[in-house]
Amino acid sequence: MSWVLALPILIPFVTAVLAFLLRGSRMGDLASVAGAVVSLAAAVLLVAVVLDRGVVAGQVGGWQAPYGITLVADHLSAAMVLITAIIGLAVAVWSLAEIGPESSRLGYHALFQSLLGGVTGAFLTGDLFNLYVWFEVLLISSFGLLVIGGRKQAIDGAVKYVTLNLIATVLFLAGAGLLYGATGTLNMADLRGAVAASPDQGLMTLIAMMLMVAFGMKAAVFPLFFWLPASYHTPHYAVSAVFAGLLTKVGVYALMRVFTLIFVGDIGYTHEILLWVSLLTMLTGVLGAAAQSDFRKILSFHIISQIGYMVLGLALMTPLAVMGAVFYLLHHIIVKTNLFLIAGVSRRLTGSSDLYAIGGLYRSAPLLAALFIIPAFSLAGFPPLSGFWAKFVIVRASLDLGEWLVAGVALLVGLLTIFSMTKIWAEAFWKAHPEGRQPALADLPPSARWQMMVPIIALAVMTVAIGAFPSAFLDFATKGAEQLLDPAAYVAAVLGEARR
Amino acid sequence: METLVACLAGFLVSMAIWLMLSGNLMRFLFGLLLLSNGVNLAILAAGRLTPGAPPLLGTSGALPPDTMANALPQALLLTAIVIGFGLFAFALALTIRAYRSFGHLEVDRMRSAEPAEDS
Repeated sequence: MSWVLALPILIPFVTAVLAFLLRGSRMGDLASVAGAVVSLAAAVLLVAVVLDRGVVAGQVGGWQAPYGITLVADHLSAAMVLITAIIGLAVAVWSLAEIGPESSRLGYHALFQSLLGGVTGAFLTGDLFNLYVWFEVLLISSFGLLVIGGRKQAIDGAVKYVTLNLIATVLFLAGAGLLYGATGTLNMADLRGAVAASPDQGLMTLIAMMLMVAFGMKAAVFPLFFWLPASYHTPHYAVSAVFAGLLTKVGVYALMRVFTLIFVGDIGYTHEILLWVSLLTMLTGVLGAAAQSDFRKILSFHIISQIGYMVLGLALMTPLAVMGAVFYLLHHIIVKTNLFLIAGVSRRLTGSSDLYAIGGLYRSAPLLAALFIIPAFSLAGFPPLSGFWAKFVIVRASLDLGEWLVAGVALLVGLLTIFSMTKIWAEAFWKAHPEGRQPALADLPPSARWQMMVPIIALAVMTVAIGAFPSAFLDFATKGAEQLLDPAAYVAAVLGEARR
Repeated sequence: METLVACLAGFLVSMAIWLMLSGNLMRFLFGLLLLSNGVNLAILAAGRLTPGAPPLLGTSGALPPDTMANALPQALLLTAIVIGFGLFAFALALTIRAYRSFGHLEVDRMRSAEPAEDS
């Protein structure tokens, strides 16, 4: 069955090669979209197989685990792969309207597809060193996407993004190397037993902390997030949309995987740190957003505060909390990408992303205004949208534990999120344009209008659907959380029944 | 021998941190290079330095003696060196580009993405 696991990784890379060979022509752009459609089909297939059989694992090259590289998909991995494919398709279509021939000729679509391939690989691998390699693949693609076009502002953002991410990478490598030296294995399922059996638990906790810092830097948690608001508002809108949706979530995914599967020996220590980190991440992110007046900068800071909720779910480590974290992760990717895409349309219509220099969108582009309300209120946690259920589960889980402070902070951050969203609403949509312009969607050329609005509408429909029919998604997240907290099925699928 | 390599790795990392704390992008990059080399050495040492037989099976298929070298850390290292080289090349190109854009390499004065409050 390993081709089901390999296809979602292979398709983006094949598409990347095609898009690179055909770059600059319309065929190259369309190859990227076609590849994204095929990726989506492969991801749906993977989810269907996982729903049918539970955890599936495949050994690359036929080398048995723990010696070979393992690809493995449980509920969380499969869902992440599917959501990556959805975002990939949405942004690939949206890019057609924004990415001009110049960036396209420089290989935008090839870099975009290899980024998706790297992200998918990171979600599917069952080997710690292989995870490092996928991190590198997505990192180098993201570097290219960040500087494409070469504007001064983007170069400035890239300097900070590149340097801080490279440090995180080296830390990850060091952690993986030391872990191998101490346990003699890099297979994540095998590491669970090996770490638990290690005589030197202090050393294991030390390595856990190294990986926590490395993944935390990728996930942009407090106090390691400074590269994110420095860079996410600088590249093309399509690039920042896919970054906002997927890149930090790879870090969160890695944290969730490693701190439920491998490092569970000293939860009182590691997860207590995660708890405080998550609270401070939520607060600093939302307060940082309150101080900004640029559409994309506000959204960038909100990525940070929302990451806090996901890490919080992991830190509480109860079935309900981890379920909330999984659900939050899935809902958030859709919402955040959509908000960046809407910011891109707003920029295109009004000519600026500075909230004080734009306005009037509610009167002149009511459709865009209505579509902004959906993800914005979902982000803040209004019922009945998807964000409400995500926040509800996390707050409920913290109340179950009697963590009043945690629940209070989570609710306060939700309130402050509404404040920022209201600010965007009031400045960009409600007030009249300071120069009296009437920016309407009809001003866009028809093709660009469709390419930009269809992905936004599709993602908004998904947000509403998750909110309106949460039980199916909550059940799925519950199953995912069960697998995370009791990885017996995961370990058995990777190593075979005998070594369970 | 492991102790010596571990100390060398620590020395490289400390020098790397010293260089990376500088506000100059070029020095930072040199620091990063030293840091990744320090980490590479640490991985080599963590995999035990085993001066033994090469880890190859003979034609007879008999298992090699216990003293054979552990090949995996070296394979990991090789991967890490190649990846590190690629990333460093990109970072260097970015540095040149940043120098052309800004005319200097002082990261504290690169404020085009994050303007200072009073400007």
